[in-house]
Amino acid sequence: MEGPLLAVSDLRTHFRTARGLVRAVDGVSCTLERGRTLGVVGESGSGKTVLSRSIMGLLPKQNVVRSGSVRFEGREISSADPRTMRGLWGTEMAMVFQDPMTSLNPVMRIGNQITESLRYHLEVAKDFANDTAIALLHSVGIPEPERRMREYPHQLSGGMRQRVTIAIALACGPKLLFADEPTTALDVTVQAQILDLLQLQQSERFMAMILVTHDLGVVAGRADDIAVMYAGKIVEKASTRTLFTEVSHPYTEALLKSIPRLADPSHTRLEAIGGRPPDLLKLARGCKFAPRCPYARPRCAEEEPVLSESGSPGHSFACFYAVGTPEGADALARNRAVGASPGAGV
Amino acid sequence: MAGSGTAHLRSPEDALLRVEHLVVEFPLGRTGAKVHAVSDVSIDILEGETLGLVGESGCGKSTTGRAIMQLPPPKSGSVVFEGQDLTKLRGESLRSRRPRIQMIFQDPISSLNPRRRIEDIVAEGLRIWKVGDEPARQAKVDEVLDAVGLDPSFARGRRPHEFSGGQCQRISIARAVITEPRLLICDEPVSALDVSVQAQIINLLEEMKARYGLTLVFIAHDLAVVKNVSDRVAVMYLGKMCEVGPPDVLYRSPAHPYTAALLAAIPVPDPSVKAVDRPHLGGEIPSPIAPPSGCRFRTRCPLVQERCASDEPQIEPLEGGHFVACHFPLRPGETLPMDGSASAVGAQPA
Repeated sequence: MEGPLLAVSDLRTHFRTARGLVRAVDGVSCTLERGRTLGVVGESGSGKTVLSRSIMGLLPKQNVVRSGSVRFEGREISSADPRTMRGLWGTEMAMVFQDPMTSLNPVMRIGNQITESLRYHLEVAKDFANDTAIALLHSVGIPEPERRMREYPHQLSGGMRQRVTIAIALACGPKLLFADEPTTALDVTVQAQILDLLQLQQSERFMAMILVTHDLGVVAGRADDIAVMYAGKIVEKASTRTLFTEVSHPYTEALLKSIPRLADPSHTRLEAIGGRPPDLLKLARGCKFAPRCPYARPRCAEEEPVLSESGSPGHSFACFYAVGTPEGADALARNRAVGASPGAGV
Repeated sequence: MAGSGTAHLRSPEDALLRVEHLVVEFPLGRTGAKVHAVSDVSIDILEGETLGLVGESGCGKSTTGRAIMQLPPPKSGSVVFEGQDLTKLRGESLRSRRPRIQMIFQDPISSLNPRRRIEDIVAEGLRIWKVGDEPARQAKVDEVLDAVGLDPSFARGRRPHEFSGGQCQRISIARAVITEPRLLICDEPVSALDVSVQAQIINLLEEMKARYGLTLVFIAHDLAVVKNVSDRVAVMYLGKMCEVGPPDVLYRSPAHPYTAALLAAIPVPDPSVKAVDRPHLGGEIPSPIAPPSGCRFRTRCPLVQERCASDEPQIEPLEGGHFVACHFPLRPGETLPMDGSASAVGAQPA
């Protein structure tokens, strides 16, 4: 089939709350080809989870204002009714959630939780569904799958439970898998196992994946492309290698600098990002990162930069004074000259 | 791993805190079974030092931190602080030592009482100990709030819900340092925070350490964070000590297979390091109710031999202040085999 698997354009998801309108996702566009991995990176409140839920149509019915288009295999699904979406869930797109403790049904046997979607969507016979479920559990690295089929979630460890949720998500052979912080609740050695497993399954099934995380380290070795989100917008997007070698947006740069690195000696002072993430209820005009940005100039508070491609192909960022450009160097030098703390140029 | 032993301890006269043969167990109802949370762990800290305690969940790092505070008192072992064994103290004599050891917790929002004003939360320690008169206490509250980077005139009258997670952690730090403790136990102080805020809090802790002459126990699961703050790092697994050493040595040439596996499992923010090319540990941490015999790491260890099941390794010195509890430690430059998960339960399917 022609065209990308998923094309999102100018997607907006706002929530009406008692305190005002929360602009959780505010004009996001991206595309994803078959079999590729897109890493979506951002801090809490950056809109990364709402983005994946908006694409999948997993939003509350009330008090949501959404616009923009989501095309899956060329088909517009942003305004599809629940019946149409149910036809897509499981067989076309599936999701692995952050917390394996709460995303499984505690009073249902593991086996039934896997065969449920097989029998509903693919309408296969019970025995066939059972055999498929055992094969799935085996492929996600669960020892003694026949025995585990009859167990309940509380009898499994956190890592094992996450393997089960992956098996459920993979059951009907989706073309697109959303993994929303799949390893945040897990220990670091188990995290490595689960990420390896996702990567293996993805390449075996030629499945596209959107890997949502707050940890740049998680996506660095595994995603083909990375989108960095801040305050509901993508601020920088590039292939993984380009993003790390040609960091352009000041937020991406600040994020990378603020992470302690194993290679640095002890007591290396971290370059913390001043201030705090913006309040989505009271977003200022202009660039949302400007109040915390060491490059910010008066223009940044007035005018909002748009995400546009420059430099390497496929590399786009939303900044007037990008890192590594003469404008950026000049802005930084001017801010430093007046001894300004981050954002003081605004 | 396993490790018992005290070879890594330094002279008792130099140490501000010396924990020896610490054992903490929690009974499981009337079954008679016990959770072996900490089993014979020894550690010491010199004045002004930062000790990093790392390990995965269930390794006993938080329990160790709490047992130092006598919350709850350990089943056996000694905790000598300023020359006094805290496990032998009860009632008022133990209470009078409390202001000297303070603690900050993982979740900054739930560790502050939501109904109280910040000024009361921070001043409480001083009021309980009747330090100075009220104006002096208020001046001290202003001083510490200012030190942790909050504007006292803004923060004083507000309640915790009006602050972000990072700001609440600053308030927790202010509350902890106001009694002028010598030892500050930080239990996962940054793991609930966003990366951009995490760096602010780490930098703040370093500033506080210099300003108030603190000695820190820094408990965390993130090895990169621990390396950044620590003068000495201790790696724990399932209630036992694996390896102790200066961070630069320990991270460059880990001697314990568990430390090596832990380091290899950290996602590195560098796309040239392909995650799949590194040895990853299979299996999961065994139950602390019935821990494995001998070395507790043997069920997941790629280098396991017969001896590991019968003999528990003792902590032995290597070069440069580096200690390891392993029968077959890695030599400098040696790495784990790639098929590291082969011997483990729950390994990847063939």
